[in-house]
Amino acid sequence: METTASSTADESPLVLLVQPLFPEFAAALAGRYRFVLAADADPAAAAEARVLLVPGLAPVTAQHLARLPALELVVGTSAGVDHVDLDTCRNRGLSVTNAGPAFAVDSADYAVGLVVAVLRRVAAADAYVRRGRWAADGDYPLATKVSGKRVGIVGLGNIGSRVARRLAAFGCAVSYHSRSPKPSSPYTFVPALLDLAAGSDVLVLSCALTDETKHMVNREVMEALGKDGVLVNVGRGGLVDEPELVRCLRDGVLGGAGLDVYANEPAVPPELFGMDNVVLSDHRAVVTPESMRGVLEVITANLDAFFSGRPLVSPVQLCTLNKR
Amino acid sequence: MASAIAAATAPPTGAQHSVLLLRRANDYLAATLRARYRVLSFYDSGAPLPAFLAASAALEPEPPRAALVVGGGAIRLDTAFLDAAPYLRCVVTTAAGLDHVDLAECARRGVLVAGAGEVFSTDVADHAVGLLIDVLRNVSAADRYVRRGLWPVQGDYPLGSKLAGKRVGIIGLGSIGSSIAKRLKAFGCVIQYHSRRPKDGVSFGYFHDMISLATESDALIVVCALNDQTRHIVNKEVLGALGKDGVVVNIARGGNIDEAELISALREGKIAGAGLDVFEKEPVVPAEFFSMDNVVLTAHEAVFTTESGSDLCDLMIGNLEAFFDGRALLTPVLPK
Repeated sequence: METTASSTADESPLVLLVQPLFPEFAAALAGRYRFVLAADADPAAAAEARVLLVPGLAPVTAQHLARLPALELVVGTSAGVDHVDLDTCRNRGLSVTNAGPAFAVDSADYAVGLVVAVLRRVAAADAYVRRGRWAADGDYPLATKVSGKRVGIVGLGNIGSRVARRLAAFGCAVSYHSRSPKPSSPYTFVPALLDLAAGSDVLVLSCALTDETKHMVNREVMEALGKDGVLVNVGRGGLVDEPELVRCLRDGVLGGAGLDVYANEPAVPPELFGMDNVVLSDHRAVVTPESMRGVLEVITANLDAFFSGRPLVSPVQLCTLNKR
Repeated sequence: MASAIAAATAPPTGAQHSVLLLRRANDYLAATLRARYRVLSFYDSGAPLPAFLAASAALEPEPPRAALVVGGGAIRLDTAFLDAAPYLRCVVTTAAGLDHVDLAECARRGVLVAGAGEVFSTDVADHAVGLLIDVLRNVSAADRYVRRGLWPVQGDYPLGSKLAGKRVGIIGLGSIGSSIAKRLKAFGCVIQYHSRRPKDGVSFGYFHDMISLATESDALIVVCALNDQTRHIVNKEVLGALGKDGVVVNIARGGNIDEAELISALREGKIAGAGLDVFEKEPVVPAEFFSMDNVVLTAHEAVFTTESGSDLCDLMIGNLEAFFDGRALLTPVLPK
């Protein structure tokens, strides 16, 4: 491993942390790198640090970045990196890495779980049975078929492409909207989100949150999706106009929703708690023990690659995000 | 009695054939039947079943040759029933399962039986996959957790477990089992199965006995018919072989699993969780399940969606028309 001129007895490369690592990560990476909390870094460390590691979704602002003149790489530990000031990173020529495909499979599995749970009312039926209502009040009302539904996927990246493959196996007709068409994809590209919503029974959000995509799902899109339509969000809460979503669900403008992410986590609009046509989760789509091991591998691979001058494993394309 | 029954269902103009209706629901299917046939409805008659059947024999100009019946055990097409209705030549059942029909007796008497074919297969398969994801990834449990306002207070709900790479043992690889396999393959699950005999042209690993299947599986999905051989096919030994990280999903019949042993196994942590759409004494669900967060419970609804309801209606009418026209049934169970 490389050492810098100012490192002393500890030969491990210096990595600044925006917040403490998960204990499992700290244990796995101990001895390979020298970790210092950015807030605790002395002037020498701040001047020397080439890498900033961002555990969880801790915000990385222009101010944080300004304190680190030698910075070259920001290592994210999540699928989305909207908590990092990407404009500043791009302007300074910094590289940014994310979790790559480590979370993609689990996220896609959970998205499909939410689609089935909303359409087939699984969570609501479970609550019904648990309250002893099946014996008392009779059968739970009919839900609607999953197979054959028209599914629109917003963002056909690591997660979206896996959602597509899974729902195609259910016999769903899959179309997608993204910044540009994917020529290798067998699914139908729809240039306008509004058209995708109008032609879909289920809309799944699996794209990055950027200035362009913020509140992309607004009232117009929800009206187009319609009173029998279902919205599933495993992207970011900010993709959806949340107060409008609550109104549309309450008024029957939109048929149902499966939500893993919210505008102000962990705050969830309480009006949703009383709705049977909604399934709520605590931003857990990505999280399984296996995916946590997977993301640790990606982080380690990126750090190793950087410090030995090799190409990064999961760089985020900054020039196409936040174009404006 | 016969006049009371006849008065209850005045025949529509031009109707010829009569059909016994042994089904409580008064829905699109019932209305469609009444539009085409003279319907004698057991539940509308208010009579006990033997009296109803005896009175139907006296119907002019001919007794009902066909009967439409649901599953679920409320009415059994058994020897007593068939003895009381010797005029019956065709039974059409709306259920996915056939454990309420004595097929041997029907075969002996030459009574035709039409089933639900594959009308329900996709919906049951969808629901089974939904239950598996729910158990492994705690979807319903997390939903409860968030609704109780616990997320801001107690932090994240505990981790679930990945689907990809899980070895899923399917018990019964018929139309529903195959549909489940097709869906789970897209999730990267490894599919293997147990059935009476290995299926031709199927590449999944076959296990001759349940203990071997359970030992080598991370999840078991029960998709087989309920009969004498399959009652409690998932028993204490099978649950023990499945192991403390294993989960079981049942969308077949409650009787396929030893429910008391399942409750013990869950309580003692001998298996990791369960997704159940069916129970031994529906609609009574053992209260022991209600406090278990690693169990998902639904109200025998795997088959029921609004779409399958209308598909089913078309199929039932199609079978009755075929019978009365002397054509082969669309979805015959008997003759095989």
